[in-house]
Amino acid sequence: MVVFDKPKSLADISMHYCPGCTHGIVHRLVAEVIDELGIEGKTIGIAPVGCSVMAYNYFNCDMIEAAHGRAPAVATGVKRANPDEHIVFTYQGDGDLASIGMAETVHAAARNENITIIFINNAIYGMTGGQMAPTSLPGQVTQTSPYGRDVNACGYPVKVCEMLSTLEGPEYLERVTVNSVKAVKNAKKAIKKAFQNQIDKKGFSLVEVLSTCPTNWGMTPQNALKWIDEKMIPYYPLGVYKDRSNKENN
Amino acid sequence: MKTTKYLFSGFGGQGILFSGKFLAYKGLTADKNVSWLPSYGPEMRGGTASCGVIISDGSIGSPIIDKPDVLIAMNLPSLDKYESTVVSGGTIVLDSSLIDRKVERTDVNAVYVPATRLASENGMPTLANMIIVGKLLALEGETGSEIIDETLKKVISAKHADMLEVNKKAMQIGADYKE
Amino acid sequence: MANKVLMKGNEAIAEAAIKAGCKHYFGYPITPQTEIAAYMAKKMPKIGGTFLQAESEIAAINMVYGVSSAGYRVMTSSSSPGISLKSEGLSYLAGADLPAVVINVQRGGPGLGDIQPSQSDYFQATRGGGHGDFHMIVLAPGSVQEMASLTVKGFELADKYRMTAMILADGTMGQMMEPVELDFDVAPAPEKPWATNGTKMQRKHNITNSLSLVPEELEKFNFARYERYKLIEETEALCEEYLMDDAEIAVTAYGIASRVTKNAVDEARKMGIKVGLIRPITVWPFPKAPYEKAAEKVNHIITVELSMGQMIEDVMLATKCKVPVTLCNRAGGMIPSVEQVLEEIKKYAKRGE
Repeated sequence: MVVFDKPKSLADISMHYCPGCTHGIVHRLVAEVIDELGIEGKTIGIAPVGCSVMAYNYFNCDMIEAAHGRAPAVATGVKRANPDEHIVFTYQGDGDLASIGMAETVHAAARNENITIIFINNAIYGMTGGQMAPTSLPGQVTQTSPYGRDVNACGYPVKVCEMLSTLEGPEYLERVTVNSVKAVKNAKKAIKKAFQNQIDKKGFSLVEVLSTCPTNWGMTPQNALKWIDEKMIPYYPLGVYKDRSNKENN
Repeated sequence: MKTTKYLFSGFGGQGILFSGKFLAYKGLTADKNVSWLPSYGPEMRGGTASCGVIISDGSIGSPIIDKPDVLIAMNLPSLDKYESTVVSGGTIVLDSSLIDRKVERTDVNAVYVPATRLASENGMPTLANMIIVGKLLALEGETGSEIIDETLKKVISAKHADMLEVNKKAMQIGADYKE
Repeated sequence: MANKVLMKGNEAIAEAAIKAGCKHYFGYPITPQTEIAAYMAKKMPKIGGTFLQAESEIAAINMVYGVSSAGYRVMTSSSSPGISLKSEGLSYLAGADLPAVVINVQRGGPGLGDIQPSQSDYFQATRGGGHGDFHMIVLAPGSVQEMASLTVKGFELADKYRMTAMILADGTMGQMMEPVELDFDVAPAPEKPWATNGTKMQRKHNITNSLSLVPEELEKFNFARYERYKLIEETEALCEEYLMDDAEIAVTAYGIASRVTKNAVDEARKMGIKVGLIRPITVWPFPKAPYEKAAEKVNHIITVELSMGQMIEDVMLATKCKVPVTLCNRAGGMIPSVEQVLEEIKKYAKRGE
């Protein structure tokens, strides 16, 4: 009896992520959802620039590597090319989605583009070696905020779900995390809903996942999981920020 | 090989571009080579508007008109700006209800049509341009031809078919006008 | 003549694109090309296609990237400053070997410049148009008819070579109306087994990508791409020669400059000056052969450009500087007059005597 298996939509190769990084968990959740919804054959994923740049190697569905920040625009093109047959998701980090690609993110949301966005918020630029991200916390020490993020000089973090929830466009916005078994289960529920919404033609669905970066945070994987609870969640509260079809959730 | 270069100029909103388009379509209907080039940019938002039309039996090189054979001036700034550019022996047709001076050149044929006044007297205040066009075609011996009917059908969309007759009437008023 | 309609160059491009099977267009307003977007906004909903006014030129070119990757014919259009914004996307399209048609209705620059016609994006267009080693096929229409026919050709070439085909027009070409015939035999799009349109569980998954972190591999891709470019240079260069048979002076120009030049050549011929015109229709690949031929028999070449002299470098390269090549130009949105070109021709005709 198989009790644990790799999702069919996940490629059978080892990932390049650092120990303790939660990208792997989220990749797996996305793949499980694609499997469960039976949509692998019609799904096209868009990878970002950042640590998950090589996500295109990790899924068995068709994949596109986008320029930095442009994944929502590329996704718009793929979706509009054949709206009935294409299920399109982007997988983006915080620098990609909330800094260089902010315009593409906001306007895809405003158009209620019928796509699914998985947004990994780990409050830092991972791939380039730990620079300040648009979501780095006030006071957070990074390579480019060596004395801690000074909000007078660098401004405040961008709260993506809160900001997008002010738009009429988007269908569904939820912030989750994956730092405990319970949280992972909840994250999967959200990701599944974000894909189901697209299948049901409901529109723009974004799941923000508070994630770890033990390497660039300079922590053990265990402490990184704790840091999410202690530092990130107070600043970025979990929950549903918009769910147009289920008003009671708002 | 005959080539005629027309320059239409006036205020935005006077139907300058439309008049030029009509003339270009007339050339096309008559199996000629034609080009139509508007001035574009900030000036098309309310200031002066102009367009150049070339009608030729042969192939047309540059669509840009530095020296028009015919100048249609619908306001004073247009006359001031372009009077000197008209070729010697050319024609200037102007709206004399809006331009209170005469053409200074003596080597061109000046034609004065109080088009704006005629238009409002005849209850067609927006068609001074077509009154002028009517006069221009009369000068070229082209009134009442089938080509004009056919051309009007091409430039006036089906949605505005009711405008066809009044445009024809305006052109007739222009053609009939005697100084 | 019966099937001819009077159309602006911009509209002719849009209609030709639709005729070529392009059902997806993404754009952002910028003068002097906005008629293309307006035309598409009107037509696309009626044919079940996509018109989308993107939030920026950057977004528009990336939407193009998405549609192209999914295997469909797709187009975007802009004018000079907007093309600079798109250059990131042009590079990625090249790196991922995706076909697309991009229109540049050039205006005066640099910077915000003005909105009058210009040819000062020639370097940008013919030298690649973005970072990295690559080329686009660059077509330079000389009439409204060519605005349409070269757009159709652009789609065909883009698919054939999996490249971006750029229509390098200018404000005059976009804004002028001329009679145009729109009946085209369009080559159907080829099969695109590489498209990311869903595996349908029938094949291994496709990846559209321009990232290649192993330099040995990236080099291989670049060499292969340039093999393809070589083939294009050998087979796809297009050019029109006018009165070149007995010419002692050659004038060369593309687009609107070629129209002015043609008038000047005709005037000069009336004066007995043996002058001809070479008009490149593709500016990448640059049609070298007619210039090589001309270099053997003319004693002077004049390039007429709406720029500070960009195509002149290709002419010098093509002629290997065997004859003097000089520039006759206006810049910043100005257009050389027939007189200016004629004076230039007369200058060298005298010298030849």
